[in-house]
Amino acid sequence: MLGLLGPNGAGKTTAVRILTTLLPLDGGSARVAGLDVAREAGELRKRIGLAGQYAAVDENLTGAENLEMVGRLYHLPKGEPRARAAELLERFDLSDAADRLVRTYSGGMRRRLDLAAALVARPPVLFLDEPTTGLDPRSRISLWETIEGRVAGGTTVLLTTQYLDEADRLADRISVIDRGHVIAEGSSDELKDQVGGERVEVTLESEADAEAARAALESLGSEAPELADGVLRVPVSQRRGTIAEAVRRLNEAGIGIDDIAMRRPTLDDVFLKLTGHAAEAEDGEGEEER
Amino acid sequence: MSATAFSDTWVLAKRAFLRIIRAPDLILAFTVQPIMFVLLFAYVFGGAIETPGYDYIDFLIPGILVQTMSFGGFVTALGLAEDLKKGLVDRFRSLPMSRSAVLAGRTLADVATNTISITVMLVVGVIIGFSFHAPFLHVVAGILLLLLFGYAFSWVFAFIGLTSSSPEAAQSLGFIIIFPLTFISSAFVPPESMPAALQAFAEVNPFTITVDAMRSLFLGAPAGNDVWGAVAWSLGIAAFFAFLAVAKYKRAVVR
Repeated sequence: MLGLLGPNGAGKTTAVRILTTLLPLDGGSARVAGLDVAREAGELRKRIGLAGQYAAVDENLTGAENLEMVGRLYHLPKGEPRARAAELLERFDLSDAADRLVRTYSGGMRRRLDLAAALVARPPVLFLDEPTTGLDPRSRISLWETIEGRVAGGTTVLLTTQYLDEADRLADRISVIDRGHVIAEGSSDELKDQVGGERVEVTLESEADAEAARAALESLGSEAPELADGVLRVPVSQRRGTIAEAVRRLNEAGIGIDDIAMRRPTLDDVFLKLTGHAAEAEDGEGEEER
Repeated sequence: MSATAFSDTWVLAKRAFLRIIRAPDLILAFTVQPIMFVLLFAYVFGGAIETPGYDYIDFLIPGILVQTMSFGGFVTALGLAEDLKKGLVDRFRSLPMSRSAVLAGRTLADVATNTISITVMLVVGVIIGFSFHAPFLHVVAGILLLLLFGYAFSWVFAFIGLTSSSPEAAQSLGFIIIFPLTFISSAFVPPESMPAALQAFAEVNPFTITVDAMRSLFLGAPAGNDVWGAVAWSLGIAAFFAFLAVAKYKRAVVR
C-alpha cells in the first residue's frame, strides 16, 4: 500500500483522478496495473476500484441495490452481482441494513458501502481517496481494519490522506505531496526520522529552572532538548514509560512542572520541516479529527 | 450501440425510475402538477381566450400536453446535477461501462414518467369535457409523438444538468429556457392574437409546430407538414443535445 499524504489542495485527488481515468493527463504518461491510463482506459477500468471522499453511493437505493447495480455495470456474469452484493454486505457488517435506503445510513455505514462498491469486481488495484475524512474516530478505526484486511488479501492500494497517523498505520510507503510535487518519500519510520519523531513537551513552573531541567532530561532524549517560550521540547524515540521517567527525573531535581505531555508529529510538523511553510488546511477539516 | 451499452442503460434507467417512485414529492410533479395546470388553464383562462373553431378544453389539451412533455426531463437535470455533486458520476466513469448509459438511462426513465403524466392529464381532460376528434391510430400516433418530443427535451435537460453548478441552478435554468418557448407558441392561445414580433417567432417555434401536429392527430385539424415537422424537430433536438451532453459527461468534473 502506497500512501499519498498532503494537505487539502496538494494534488492528491488530482493524482487519483488521473490514475482512475477520470481526468486526462496534460503531459507525460502514467501506467496502472501495466496499462496506460490514456490509451488503455477501457481495459484499466475493469481492473480498478475507486472509493472517494464523498461516499459515492445512491441514497435512493438500498445498500443491496447499490452493490448489485455496480456489479451489473462491471458486467459480472448473470446471478453474480446479487451473490457478490450479499457477500460484501455481510463482510462489511451491513447485512442488517441491506434492504434499507442508503439515505437512512450513518456516515460510517455509507463509507463502508462505498468501499464495498469499490470491491465488487475484486479489482487488483484499489484507490482510496481520503476514505476516513469526516468520520468519527470509531468508524475510522473500523474502516482501517477493513482496509488492512484487503491489503492482507493481496490487493494493491493507493491511499490518499491528510492524516499522518492514517498513513502511518496503513501504508507501507508514503509519499508526501505539496502543491503537486512529491517532497518526501519513504516508509513511515524514515519519514518520521526526517520530521523528528515524538517528543515530550514540558512547561515549567519557573523559567529559572530551565537549564536544570534540560540537564535532567538530556539523556532521556534521542536528540538535544530545545527550549523555547518556557517550553522544553525533548525529542524521544520511545513512547512507553517516557512521561513517567521524565516526571521522576524532574521531581528528583526538585523542578516544578506546570504541564507535561507527549506530542506526536503532525502533518504540520512534516510540512514545516520539509517545506519551511505550514500546511495550508483550506477549510480546517484536517484539524477537527486530531 | 453494443449489447453492453443497452444493458448498462437498462440498469441505470431502472435506478432512475426507482428513485422517482420512492420520492413522494417527485410523484406529485408527475400527477398533481399536471392536474393543477389543466384545471387552472381550463377554468381561469379558458373563458377569456378565443379559440375559433374549438372548445377551449379541446384546444388546450394538446398544447398543455406538449408543455408538460418539455418539462418532464427536469428530473434528468436534477438527478444528473445531484449525481455530479455527490461523486456518483465519478464512480460511474471509473467503471468499465458505456459512456452514454448514465444519460441514456435517465432519459429513458423520463419516458416512463412522461407516460404517467400523459395518462393523468388525458383522464382529467376527458372528465372536464375534452374529447378526441380523430381515428384511434392517430391518437396513438399523437401519444408516441408526445413521448418522442418529451424524450428530446430530456436530452436538453441532461445537458443543462451537466452544465449547471447545482441541482437548484439546473432547475431554474431549465425553466428560464423552456418557459418562454412554451408560452410564445400556439400551446395556450392562437398566435394570431399576439403582437407581430411574437407571432413571427411563434410561427417558427418548434413548440407551435408540435402543438399543431398534436391538434391534427387528436382533433383532426388540418396538419400540413406539421406532424413530420414535429418528428424532425424532436429527432434533431434529441441528436444535437445527446451529442453535447455525452461530450460534456465524458469530461465531467466533480464540483
